[in-house]
Amino acid sequence: MSEVKKIATRDSYGNALTALGKEHDNLVVLDADLAAATKTGIFKKEFPERHIDCGIAEANMIGIAAGLASCGKVPFCSSFAMFAAGRTFEQIRNSVGYPHLNVKIGATHAGISVGEDGATHQCNEDIALMRTIPGMTIINPSDDVEAKAAVQAAYEMEGPVYLRFGRLAVPVINDTPDYKFEIGKGVVLKEGTDLTIFATGLEVNESLEAAKLLEADGVNAEVINIHTIKPIDRELVVKSAAKTGKVVTVEEHSIIGGLGSAVAEVLSEEQPTKMLRIGVEDRFGESGPAVKLLEKYELDAAGIYKKVKAFI
Amino acid sequence: MTNLELQQTAVKIRKGIIDGVHAAKAGHPGGSLSAAEVFTYLYFEEMNIDPADPKKKDRDRFVLSKGHTAPGLYSALANRGFFPVEDLLTLRHIGSHLQGHPCVQHTPGIDASSGSLGQGISVAVGMALAGKMDQADYRVYTLLGDGEIQEGQVWEAAMFAGARHLDNLCVIVDNNGLQIDGSVEEVNSPYPITDKFAAFNFHVIPVEDGNDFDQLRAAFDEAKATKGQPSAIVMKTVKGKGISYMENAVGWHGKAPNDEEYAIAIEELKKAEEALCQK
Repeated sequence: MSEVKKIATRDSYGNALTALGKEHDNLVVLDADLAAATKTGIFKKEFPERHIDCGIAEANMIGIAAGLASCGKVPFCSSFAMFAAGRTFEQIRNSVGYPHLNVKIGATHAGISVGEDGATHQCNEDIALMRTIPGMTIINPSDDVEAKAAVQAAYEMEGPVYLRFGRLAVPVINDTPDYKFEIGKGVVLKEGTDLTIFATGLEVNESLEAAKLLEADGVNAEVINIHTIKPIDRELVVKSAAKTGKVVTVEEHSIIGGLGSAVAEVLSEEQPTKMLRIGVEDRFGESGPAVKLLEKYELDAAGIYKKVKAFI
Repeated sequence: MTNLELQQTAVKIRKGIIDGVHAAKAGHPGGSLSAAEVFTYLYFEEMNIDPADPKKKDRDRFVLSKGHTAPGLYSALANRGFFPVEDLLTLRHIGSHLQGHPCVQHTPGIDASSGSLGQGISVAVGMALAGKMDQADYRVYTLLGDGEIQEGQVWEAAMFAGARHLDNLCVIVDNNGLQIDGSVEEVNSPYPITDKFAAFNFHVIPVEDGNDFDQLRAAFDEAKATKGQPSAIVMKTVKGKGISYMENAVGWHGKAPNDEEYAIAIEELKKAEEALCQK
């Protein structure tokens, strides 16, 4: 087997911004003293005059972005998810969401795969927070290809977008010639009949791997990539749940308020289906190497396999 | 406009504030009245704006960071011709374009949604930054309350504006001395306000009487002439100015006059108008 190419989606973010910046003069990038980590430093090198480092002041960064957007710029605000969504929730709600401004928030270092920095920096609540803001689009890409496509799609649409990226290098799974990214459209990666696994972000690959383990046991799982948490692909969620009759959601986020909740909301209203939500339980993370943490929190393929087996 | 014309306009703006808040049976008259002169000066003298083209690209921008004093801003906009003065009577009513706090999508002439204290100044800083990036020559004004500057975000924004030398930005602090829970000094003193802005690399312009047009004119001219740093006009005002029983009374921060109180206020404004007519 050939070596799997791995790229952290934060790198994809920095590279996509730089590529887009070449085409669009109105694209500006804001950061809060984390340009090296969020990878907006790549953009800064190319376009120093359009990279605005706000210093360690995230609330102000969001407000500045709102002002820039109201004057025709397309600002991408960058920080760790903990601060980009957590610290600035109310600024995003009132200064960006309420006036529906064309501000994009690029949140890196989401989830427990932040690793060694520990619980203070492992944001498992950002999707839950952002979902409650009217008019907010939320995209959680699964790999490098999808992350780049998401940044471009976010630039091209009018209105606020929350983009979620990771620190950990993850396998590239979407480098196929017919890959197409459309906001709000889930992607069926593997057809199945016994259950549906809806996964998002780096859990898409883990779920595909888990499906292989299930296959060996004679369990035929359908695997669907939900890169857009909001607006969620209601049609696909209902259709697949109706087909398989059992649903599992997998996300590197709290089981409260994220993908699991979004899917449960759709199904409880339109297609009541027995469900299992896999994610970070109602608890904080801890320090450790990212891969070991995913293993400990049973968010790797083996953990998903084990939980799905117990569920069905 | 002459000072007399500005004074007459300020009376009209005060009437719009009282009418609106009375009709809404809610709202914030105290801080709207203390800023009546600055609203008048900005919208009738200082800013490059066009009621027929509220979104024109090269317009000066205004962000009401102390968004709860929307009745004052709405009255200025209506009297300037952005929408009918009668609309002021729909303030805070269901379906009205005049929300409790400014909303950019609903009201012609509003440049930013605001009202969550501390946030408006950051938005104004972003607008000023965009102006610099585009080499546009518009100016950006933002009005803050003296209680509002207790919010930490104000100082994040001030630090950035000072560090970036945003001389197209003019911050105005309405120092009427009162906030909901009492005097600003007793609640959590923001003083000295002027020294604070100076320390954040602003050109500070103290104004002894922010309800006096001569002083406002001098301050705004000085701000406009200032290059290389943002300006902060820190103006002492009287909360509730122009309505005798509301002046310097903390209880009138966020309360509407009843019918009897309304009649007294309107009578006082009529007298003020008549007095100006005799000048």
